[in-house]
Amino acid sequence: MSAQIFPRNANAIFLASLFGLVMLVVGTIAAMVGFYLSPWYTDVGIAKAQPVPFSHKHHVSELKIDCRYCHATVEKAATAGFPATETCMSCHSQVWTTSPLLEVVRTSYQTGEPVVWNRIYDLPDFVYFNHSIHVAKGIGCSSCHGRIDQQQLAAKAQPLYMGWCLGCHRAPEDYIRPREEVFNMEWDVNALSLAERRQLVIEYQIPTDGQLTNCFVCHR
Amino acid sequence: MAATVQGSSRPAEVPVGVRNEHRRMVNSVRKSFFTRVARLAWLPLCLLLVACHVDMYDQPKYKPNDVSTFFPDGRAMQPPPANTVPLNSYNPESPLMTGRIEGQLADQLPPELKLDAALLAHGQSRYNAFCAPCHGLVGDGQGVIAYRGPLTVPSLHNDRLRNAQIGYFFDVITNGIGKMYSYASRIPPEDRWAIAAYIRALQLSQNADVALLSEAELQQVRAGR
Repeated sequence: MSAQIFPRNANAIFLASLFGLVMLVVGTIAAMVGFYLSPWYTDVGIAKAQPVPFSHKHHVSELKIDCRYCHATVEKAATAGFPATETCMSCHSQVWTTSPLLEVVRTSYQTGEPVVWNRIYDLPDFVYFNHSIHVAKGIGCSSCHGRIDQQQLAAKAQPLYMGWCLGCHRAPEDYIRPREEVFNMEWDVNALSLAERRQLVIEYQIPTDGQLTNCFVCHR
Repeated sequence: MAATVQGSSRPAEVPVGVRNEHRRMVNSVRKSFFTRVARLAWLPLCLLLVACHVDMYDQPKYKPNDVSTFFPDGRAMQPPPANTVPLNSYNPESPLMTGRIEGQLADQLPPELKLDAALLAHGQSRYNAFCAPCHGLVGDGQGVIAYRGPLTVPSLHNDRLRNAQIGYFFDVITNGIGKMYSYASRIPPEDRWAIAAYIRALQLSQNADVALLSEAELQQVRAGR
């Protein structure tokens, strides 16, 4: 009888490696999904450096300036409107006029060269988001942008994955608020009962028949 | 009926040979099932072949505030050429657009707008957003910017402004005055009129004659004190 090619524990090693291989594949996929959802990939909560260290906390929370003072088209257009240099200067031509931090803004105003800010949210080009309709239907700034009034440098509050959009499009009554409270950063959605929020959904004529989850609502 | 019940309650007697044969068949089916699954074990490797492409995410088109490599100034949003207006959007004869009737500041709202509670409420929301930072919520010039900064913001409550035509406020919002910048790019003409109307309401609120108040309002005021 010739010598055994495989040692006695070969079967165990084979089974263990099989198990290890499966775990490797499962683990890799899990790690990829985890990475995809994590701030390393989504940038959620990670403040971006900007040419001017603009603080929403100071301007919104401390000075109580309305969102629309700078984001003036939020009620009328798809884009909320990024403030022109002139908007900054309508106060800063008088206030903080010698601050070195605002040198970039002053130079921009004098030369007409725009300040190049770093974009926080970059929605894929096949998604057609419209700020005005959301504001008009009682979805507040903070519902998507979080407590931006508490942030010094702005950071993303949401990764903007489609499932997150659909969460509200399927159940707007979980997020809706009265129109007068849209710009209120401290509004708590539970300030109204579910029944009252359902009533708002009807009052604001938000379709509840599933129309809002049709592909063409956001993709064209 | 009774016979069926009796029949089903009795365990079936299966010969040993048949039972073994059955077990063998089940095992062979099991084995072939696992073999088949094992043959597909290479499928997850296909994941390695998947590549990411972003040509639909970043399409060759401009969105607001994009950086442009085409225009020399690097802006996707090109400023409108000087001395132009969007087509059909501006009428130099219309008081709604200019705040003037035949060159003189308008002393009433343009005919397109109706003075009602909705207009005043709209004006209040715009005033609070755009004007209150400097002029204060009641128009006393004690807004938070003025309060913190070195600015002195004039009050809206003096005889000159109480007697000014309503078109004057429209004109100031449109063109700016003194240290105040033009707000024409941020506040559309209809909203400017709404703000002007609300300023009138503010002026009344700070300078109302007691005789104007109804008995109920008087009681409310007294209760407040």
